[in-house]
Amino acid sequence: MKFKSFLYLFILLILIWLTLTSTFHLQELTVGILVSFILALSLTENYIDLGLPALSAKKIMFFIFYIVILFKEIIMANLDVAYRILHPKMPIKPGIVIIRTGLKSDIAKMVLANSITLTPGTFTLDILGDNLLIHWINVKAENIDEATKIIGEKFEKYLRVIFG
Amino acid sequence: MNIFFLVFIGLGIILCLLRMIKGPTTPDRAVAVDTISTITTALLVFLGFIFKRYIYLDVSLVYAVLTFIGVIAIARYLEKGI
Amino acid sequence: MHLAGGIVTGIGTIFLFLGGLGVFRLPDVYNRLQAGTKCTTLGAFLTIIGVGIMEPSWFWKTLLIGIFILLTNPISNHALGRASCKSGVPLCKKSVVNKSKDFCKGETK
Repeated sequence: MKFKSFLYLFILLILIWLTLTSTFHLQELTVGILVSFILALSLTENYIDLGLPALSAKKIMFFIFYIVILFKEIIMANLDVAYRILHPKMPIKPGIVIIRTGLKSDIAKMVLANSITLTPGTFTLDILGDNLLIHWINVKAENIDEATKIIGEKFEKYLRVIFG
Repeated sequence: MNIFFLVFIGLGIILCLLRMIKGPTTPDRAVAVDTISTITTALLVFLGFIFKRYIYLDVSLVYAVLTFIGVIAIARYLEKGI
Repeated sequence: MHLAGGIVTGIGTIFLFLGGLGVFRLPDVYNRLQAGTKCTTLGAFLTIIGVGIMEPSWFWKTLLIGIFILLTNPISNHALGRASCKSGVPLCKKSVVNKSKDFCKGETK
């Protein structure tokens, strides 16, 4: 477990170093490997505390699906907001509602909150335990169960597999 | 062609500045500052493309990191004081 | 290649302008945050990626800056929204429902 998370962190740091320097020169590569090794050694404990899951083929496939759906939702959100801004009467009907989530680990909740912020018309204001406080620019349902079904369900079924 | 893009970015920044001057409450002004900082990050990358200077990308990356920390600090202050 | 990058950058700058217009036009701080988050996140991402497409040797670094913006912009805006919710900024007159008081007390029925 510890060696595995050390390896993930090391590969991640090497990738960031390669994109930052964008050369394969020997000197740059040596310094990068050295710095990544030291950082990965000292940060492995924090990485385990974050609760990131172990990799598997199914999780990577769901992660790619998730990225595709997230990008589609981001583009839809921008067209929606652009329509509401440019319309002369501004057809908005804002309100603050509560939704519920079934995810357990902290990092999964953070990813869910960020995804909700980027999707059409919703914006995460606060998280307390299992509940999220959402500002909704066009309120369709005030009830907590219906709001959960409309806002959170489309991401949660993927995140439950990825972080499960 | 590039001049149109610069005009669009400049208009966005000017509208945010107007909101920053006008904004009735303090969080309004903070939102305007945050929007300006994100637009400026994109503007720095685009200026680097116009002037053909690679170093502007590093400037933009450091600017993005610093404004992120600055906005978090402003939000902490608004929430419960220093 | 140059044309494709130019089109992507152009769409990005239009979204940046729309973000500024939304911050100027919408009625209260939460609606302004909606426009300021969504439009500027996609706008900045597309502008930066478009520059990377126009200059292929810069692509990986522009991708890094774009992903950094995509990750951090929602977090900073969420912090601002939470701060204005806690400090009690009122909603605008068009609002239909406000459950933030129930949320602070822990009543979620």
